[in-house]
This record gives sequence, structure tokens and C-alpha cells, in this order.
Amino acid sequence: MSISEMTALELGRRIRSGDVTVLEAVQEALDQIKKKEPDIHAYVTVDEEGALKRAAKVQAMIERGDLKGPLAGVPAAVKDNLCTKDLLTTCGSNILYNFVPTYTAEAVQNLEKAGAVILGKTNMDEFAMGSTTETSAFGVTKNPWNTDHVPGGSSGGSCAAVAAGECFYALGSDTGGSIRQPSSFCGVTGIKPTYGTVSRYGLIAYGSSLDQVGPVAKDVSDCAAVLETIASYDKKDSTSIPRKDLDFTGALVDDVKGMKIGIPRDYFGEGLDGQVREAVMRAAGILKDRGAVVEEFDLSLVEYAIPAYYVIASAEASSNLSRFDGVKYGLRAKEYEGLHQMYKKSRSEGFGPEVKRRIMLGSFVLSSGYYDAYYLKALRTKALIKQAFDKAFADYDVILGPAAPTTAPKLGESLKDPLKMYLGDIYTVSVNLAGLPAMTVPCGQDQAGLPIGLQLIGDCFQEKKIIRAAYTFEQTFTRREER
Amino acid sequence: MSRQYETVIGLEVHVELATKTKIFCGCSTEFGGEPNTHTCPVCTGMPGSLPVLNRQVVEYALAVGLAANCQINQYCKFDRKNYFYPDNPQNYQISQLYLPICHDGWVEIDTASGKKKIGIHEIHMEEDAGKLIHDEWEDCSLVDYNRSGVPLIEIVSEPDMRNADEVMAYLEKLRLMIQYLGASDCKLQEGSMRADVNLSVREAGTSRLGTRTEMKNLNSFKAIARAIEGERARQIELLEDGKKVIQETRRWDDNKESSYAMRSKEDAQDYRYFPDPDLLPVVISDQWIQEIKSRQPEMQPEKMARYQKEFQIPEYDAGILTSTIHMARLFEKTTALCGKPKEVSNWLMVETMRLLKEHEQTPEDLSFSPENLARLIALVDEGAINRTVAKTVFEQIFAQDVDPEKYVEEKGLGMVSDQGALRKAVEDVIAANPQSVEDYRKGKEKAMGYLVGQTMRAMKGKADPGMVNKIVKELLTK
Amino acid sequence: MANLISDETIEYVGILAKLELSQEERETAKRDMGRMLDYIDKLNELDTSGVEPMSHVFSLNNVFREDVVTNGDQRSSILKNAPEQKEGAFKVPKTVE
Repeated sequence: MSISEMTALELGRRIRSGDVTVLEAVQEALDQIKKKEPDIHAYVTVDEEGALKRAAKVQAMIERGDLKGPLAGVPAAVKDNLCTKDLLTTCGSNILYNFVPTYTAEAVQNLEKAGAVILGKTNMDEFAMGSTTETSAFGVTKNPWNTDHVPGGSSGGSCAAVAAGECFYALGSDTGGSIRQPSSFCGVTGIKPTYGTVSRYGLIAYGSSLDQVGPVAKDVSDCAAVLETIASYDKKDSTSIPRKDLDFTGALVDDVKGMKIGIPRDYFGEGLDGQVREAVMRAAGILKDRGAVVEEFDLSLVEYAIPAYYVIASAEASSNLSRFDGVKYGLRAKEYEGLHQMYKKSRSEGFGPEVKRRIMLGSFVLSSGYYDAYYLKALRTKALIKQAFDKAFADYDVILGPAAPTTAPKLGESLKDPLKMYLGDIYTVSVNLAGLPAMTVPCGQDQAGLPIGLQLIGDCFQEKKIIRAAYTFEQTFTRREER
Repeated sequence: MSRQYETVIGLEVHVELATKTKIFCGCSTEFGGEPNTHTCPVCTGMPGSLPVLNRQVVEYALAVGLAANCQINQYCKFDRKNYFYPDNPQNYQISQLYLPICHDGWVEIDTASGKKKIGIHEIHMEEDAGKLIHDEWEDCSLVDYNRSGVPLIEIVSEPDMRNADEVMAYLEKLRLMIQYLGASDCKLQEGSMRADVNLSVREAGTSRLGTRTEMKNLNSFKAIARAIEGERARQIELLEDGKKVIQETRRWDDNKESSYAMRSKEDAQDYRYFPDPDLLPVVISDQWIQEIKSRQPEMQPEKMARYQKEFQIPEYDAGILTSTIHMARLFEKTTALCGKPKEVSNWLMVETMRLLKEHEQTPEDLSFSPENLARLIALVDEGAINRTVAKTVFEQIFAQDVDPEKYVEEKGLGMVSDQGALRKAVEDVIAANPQSVEDYRKGKEKAMGYLVGQTMRAMKGKADPGMVNKIVKELLTK
Repeated sequence: MANLISDETIEYVGILAKLELSQEERETAKRDMGRMLDYIDKLNELDTSGVEPMSHVFSLNNVFREDVVTNGDQRSSILKNAPEQKEGAFKVPKTVE
């Protein structure tokens, strides 16, 4: 097995046993990057020099016995909305084209403590707004399975990098599906943890009440190991939650006997691609074969999640992104007269159309006279959606469905009609509204050979249940494929 | 005949809290310092940074709210107030709109026309903005975020005041109350207490409120009084001319004694408040409220009454001594050390007030220690120095907090109690002034005073005048 | 389209959001915002009377820091990304209230 084919945990084992050095692993990843990047463009920044230096350091620490964890020495990539000290962090936006943070995001620090070597920063939809990674100011990322197609978004760079072997795992962020949807399109595994599980400190905010950092990896085991590493209670993030059950790898159990799995009928209605439906139902069948109790039920309110989500996310974004004004960092317009023109020109030159669209919408729904009708209405809807999930989780351990209605669309297709693109988030946004954990696991391909993802949703703090179901599915599915 | 108008005034008072750190980060709130040396990613709005609430801010806000007889919102939240301005690094201010920590309270003020209750509409917590410095050499402004994130409470009164006297009394009341609580030093000049005036006029006898304006940039009590008068006159003139008052924010220029509207095309005044998703609600238990209540210190009216009763200090003096917590603390600590309340009161009321006036300072600026004043009082009491010398020494205590014992010794200001030396000095004076001696013997009592004075002069004031008197008399009658 | 977005609205929101749109962008913005609001109006089908608006999913509260100075002078790093600076401060166009 070549190094680049290994999973993160496998590579970690080999590094610890001395079969592979950290430098070899990093060099292999850098070689893959050199080979694949011209086609894929998963990275905004590749930090070759930093990664090589770090590799030597980590190798020494492993040899001294200072680093013993399963991910020590394994090269990883980080989405470009997570601050990395002394390493360009653009958020895929021209407004941060030159921004070099002076501190590192908590989640990335946790990885570094575990001995990760950061290869670089992955491409993304500008400020994580988009479902295709086409809104990045630094070029489009392409789907490694078929470069005529998008990788999904907004963590498209992270997912494409993992799928193309340009890193062994990556960090993404998920505000409305930004880890799960591109994971589905790229045939990789990704988790959006329960809100508050991974610190948001250093994650450049889009929708603060919805944003979560999570892992993107080659399989369920890697995903669990990375999540276990990045999850922590952080006093710098007031919304961080102290949890004791962060030993996610303990849930890698190949058994779902008696587990109750609910399939929301409302997820299988109009708009769902037939091949995706088939693959997902087949996956449900596999879990049923393994002893899970699988039932269909009505979740309700599914069609209200997208409008509620876009009101809340845009409102928060309009405020979160007001700090980008050309005063303290980032782009400042070259020519302007007076302060207000400097603001307007810097922001208008710095932000792309999708970001502007959401800032405008968000400013509007919060403006005088509309706050109650739009913003509060959306927060009330959110409460109802949460109640609907509470009700479902009274009956089921896990909710199973698709991660996206289709496989990856062709490049350039989605941005023509923003509203249609937003509708593609139908299976993912409600999870963020309700703060739930959810993950995507590959469950097949369509006739064009594009990957299809299965989404497993758990109740708050029940990552272990979805990891167990995902692991059992993955093990059984792989065995069947191999047969 | 011109119509009679009534002025209706409400105040928004911002008070900088006396915490060691900022409201949402661990940066120092210390005043001064080079620009941006008290800043971090949080208070400069760096991407990815997040706020965490300083507990002490809540405690101070609660203490003030309880002292102002407020209801407490036991579930309160922070909201974002969105507007672009360079002193506001995130381009939103974290404040409280929907659920402020305190509401519906009152304080009682005392003016020449009697006592009156002024309603407190609400008190909320928020962060201060940075400072814009206008460059003298270049056509630009410079932003310093050292003050960005310093905790404030905003105390919003009901429109219950009718004239500048009431406004002054209300501000004075708040200042005393908050200073006594230790929640702020409330210095109007340094900006740790700032007031915006909401003012409208209406025809006397009507109950409907007129259109109000908000006046900003009021840096002293005098400026507030002038602004009230100016705005009242401006509004009445508008109404008399049949024009309308426009609801707007105006900036007071105290040099020109006039105001101008601050509104611009780029300033929509639509703050798009919404709950800050980065901060969690603050839940205030009954127990917490009880704890704060039990820790509330003795307030000014009680202290004043106690001084009169416990130390037999006259009402007027007790009023002055308690008019700032600094003076009151100095009085109490010094009294505890020397056990002479009247003496202490005397030093504070007379010499201290004189020197403050001379140096154009306020009692908050007092920096000498009670120990040194107590020692000075002891030195006088022991007869080690006389009052004249004591005043000189006190000036040094006031200015540099010197140790009076050391100072007296170093400068050789101690009284000469050596009888022989004194007698020698008197003998010399008598020998040198035969005319005065003769005058005295002829019955001119005044001549003796002259001889005593000459002796004191020869002793450079370091003799007990009583003793000198005694010796002069003795030698003259010999 | 039920929500007709006027030029004035776009102008107003542009002032709030500090965005300057070209004529073409304005037309697109009017159309997009109108369509989005039409779609968002779907929420009106839901009866939410008596439902408390939910800001935070979890009912956590009272997350505090103690009042202890933890940060020292980090001016050079704070100013590192400043587009323009002078004398230790961020430089902006002349701003008077």
C-alpha cells in the first residue's frame, strides 16, 4: 500500500512503529499536491516550507516519546476560515487577500498538540457562503471524481483534498451543511458535531449560532479520531460546552443490533434524485440486515428549515462581516474620499456577489420594521424545528437520510440560480438550526460514477450513536463491495 | 403675551466601571498608555475572536441597580447594535436592548425646591468604543483601541427632570451613589461619567410630551447646564416661530455655546439590534441578588448622619466630608488611627479644601495617606511642632505624602523645648530692645507682644509661643 | 412576485451594509432579494403564536471570566495587518463627528 492510500490512523500507526517517517509522509502528501493541484485546486495556500520544518520537529518529538497519539505526524489540511498564526488565512475572500493571523484557532491548536503537520489551507466558498466552492475569490475547486463537477461546498477544498489524497484528513466547518454536502459529493466522510463541541475560537464567523468545526476524513474511524482530538471545552468561546463523553473512537463498534433508526418520509419527496434515493434506501437496508430497527416516520417542518436558516444565517453574517472595513486588516480600496466611501469601496471591492447578496438580505431582515416579521419569525420556526427533532429522538437513536438531493452538479450550473442552489441544502440546514450532530458516509455512486453520501443525524451529544451506525454501515458495505 | 413653557429632561448617563479588565477580554482598563498597548484580538475585532463576559461587570451593574431601587431582569441578554464607525472595531457594539439587567427604579434628589424622585427607566451593560485622535500634521485620524471594550453601564432616566438644577442634583446623586459602591470613580472630566441630555419643551399645563432632541458631548456640569439652557431656548424659539422640533441627535459645542445636528446621509440610525449569538444569557438568582445586597456599603446619607451622631461633626461639615468617598475614607481611616475626629475634620475641611482649590483639584485626586495625617495631628498634640509649622508640613503631605516625623526632623522644624536655649534667646531679645522693655515697664502691654514676636522670629517659629510668653513676662517683671 | 424591492430599499440597505452596488448589481440585488423574501414568506404559513424565539439551542447561561488581567502589550501583532498605521495607531481618513 502506498503511503497516500493509507488512512490517517494507519499512517499514524506506521509512523509510531517507525515504518514511515513524518518527513516521508509529508513529502508524499506534498508530491500528491504537486501532482493533483493543477487539476483540482483544493488549496488556497500550501505551506511546503512550514510543513517540512514541522515534520522534523514532530518526528523528534515522537522519537523522544513526547507525542504518542494516533494522529502524531499525520499531515492534514485546514479550511481557510480557521485562523493559523503566521499563515495566510483568506476565508476565500478578496477582502482578506493578505490577512495573516497572529493567533491559531483552538481546533487547529488541538490538532497541533496531537502532532499534526499542517500542509496548508483549503479552498472554500467565500466566507463559507455557498454550496459549490465556486464563490471563492481564489478560483474554483474541482471534484476529484470528475473535474467537470463541483466538489460541493463550502468546505469543498477540504473534501476534495481528502478525496484526491492531497492530505490524510482535513478540518472543515459546517453552518448549513458545509461539511456534509461536499463530503457526499467527494465520497469522503465528514462530521458536523453538536453545537459547542469544538471551539469556534479562531473560526472566522459566518452564522455564529450555527457554525461548527468538524473533521473530513477517508473513513469513519479517522473521522472519530480527529473529532476526539479537536473537541474540547474552551473558555475563550462562551458557547463551548463542557462534555465528558469525548472518547468518540470508543464508539467504533461494528454492531447496531436493536438500534432504532428513523427514516423521515419528508426527506424522500419531490426533488430527490432517484439514484440517490435508491443508494440511501439500500444503506438503510444494510443497517436493517445488521439488526437495526428501521422505520419510516414524518419529521415535519422540513420545508421551513431553508427559509428560517437563510434569515438567521444572513442576519448574523451581515453583522459578523461588518468588521471587514479596511481599517484594521485586509483590503482597503486604493482610492476613496472620506471614511464612508472608504468603507463602501473596500467592502464592495472585497466581497463577491454571493456574500453581498447575503449581507444585503441579512441587513434588510434586521432593519427597522422587519425584525419581528423576519428575524423573530425565523427564531420561532427554529424552536419548532428543534421540537420536531426532540419528538423524533424520543423514538429513534438515529435519523437516516440523504446528505444532498443530488450528486455533484456540473461546474457553473448552480450559481445561475441562487435560490435553486439554496434548495439543495434541504437535508442539512435543519441539523444546524437544532444544534445536532450529523455525519456523511459514502454509500455508493450514481451511474455517472459520482459519489452518493448517506447522512446520519443524532440527538444532541449523541455523536457516539451516529459514529457507531456509520461504522457498522461502512464495515458491512465495504465487505459487500469487496465480495 | 408670550406662552409659558415647561422643559422636560431625561438623562442617559454612561459610567465606566472600575473593573481591572475589559468587559469581554483580559486586557487592562488602566487609563493612559501608548495607543493600542491595551488591546488584543477580541477588543480590536480580529476575525475569529470571541467575547467572554467579565463577571465583575454584572456585579457592579447589579450593585448600582439595587442602590437605585431597580427591578432586576433575572434573565438578561446582550444584543448587538450595528453601526459603522472606526472607533468601534467590530462595527457593532455589544449592548443590551431587549432585556437590560435593571429597569424601573428611582433615586431621590434634593434641590432648593425640595425632595423629588427621579425614575430610572433602565440600566444596561455595554462596551465602550476606542478613541479617534485627529492628526495635527496630516489630514487623517488615528484609532486607538485602548478604551475599546472598557465596561460601561448606561443609566437611562425617565423624563422626570424640569430644569438644570434638578439635572445637577440627579447627576450628583448618581455620582455619589456609584462612587460609594466602588463601581466607578465617576469623573466627568476624564470621561468615566458622561451624560447625554434628552430634552423637549411643552406648553405649561399640557401633559403630552413634545418632540425631544438628544444632546451629546457634554463634558462638565457647567456644559450640561449651558446646553440645557441653550437647547430649551432653541426649541422654544422654533415653536414660537410656528416651526417644528425635529427628533435628532445634536452635538453641543461648549466653546460656541451652541449645538448642531449630527445626522448625515450615511448615518441611517437603524441599528439592527439582535441578540448576540456569541454570548449566553445571564441568569441572576435570588441568592446572587441577596449576596450583592449584603455587600452594599454604607451610602452617603447614612454616613453623613453617622458622622453627626458618632463624632459630633456639624451637619455642614459632615456633608462636605461625605461628598466624595475619597474624603470620607480619609476621614474615617485617619480618625481610626488618631482618635481625634474633630482635628481630622478640621484638617480636611480647612487646609485640604484650601489646597485642592489652589491646585484646581477635586477630592478624587487626594493621594496622601491617612497615616501621615494622623502622625501630623499627633505631632501637634504632643507639642512637637506648633500649628504654623504644622500647616507647612501639611502642604508637603498634601503634595508628596511625606512622613511628617521625618520631614520635621530633616528640616529641623521641631520645637525648641530646651528651657536654657529659650531663656537665652529671650535674654538676647530683651538686651537688644531696651526701648520696648522701658515701654512695657511704663505700662505699654503691647510691647511685650513685640518682644515675644521677636523671640519667635529668632527661633524661626520653632518655639512654643506660650512658653516664650511665660519667659518674657518672667524676665520683664524681675 | 409579492415582494417588490424598490430602488430606495436597495439604496437604504446599501447604506446600512456599507456596500456600493453598480447599476447592474442593483438590478440583480432587487430581483434576488425579492425572490428570497417571497420564499422566506413561506414561514408565514406556520402558526408560531406562543412560541418563544430561540436564539441559543441549549439553555446554558452564566459563562463568565474572572476580572484578572491576562493580556500584555501585543500592539505590534495587533497592528501587523493594518492597511495603514501611524504612531502605533490605525490610520483612517479624517473623521469628525
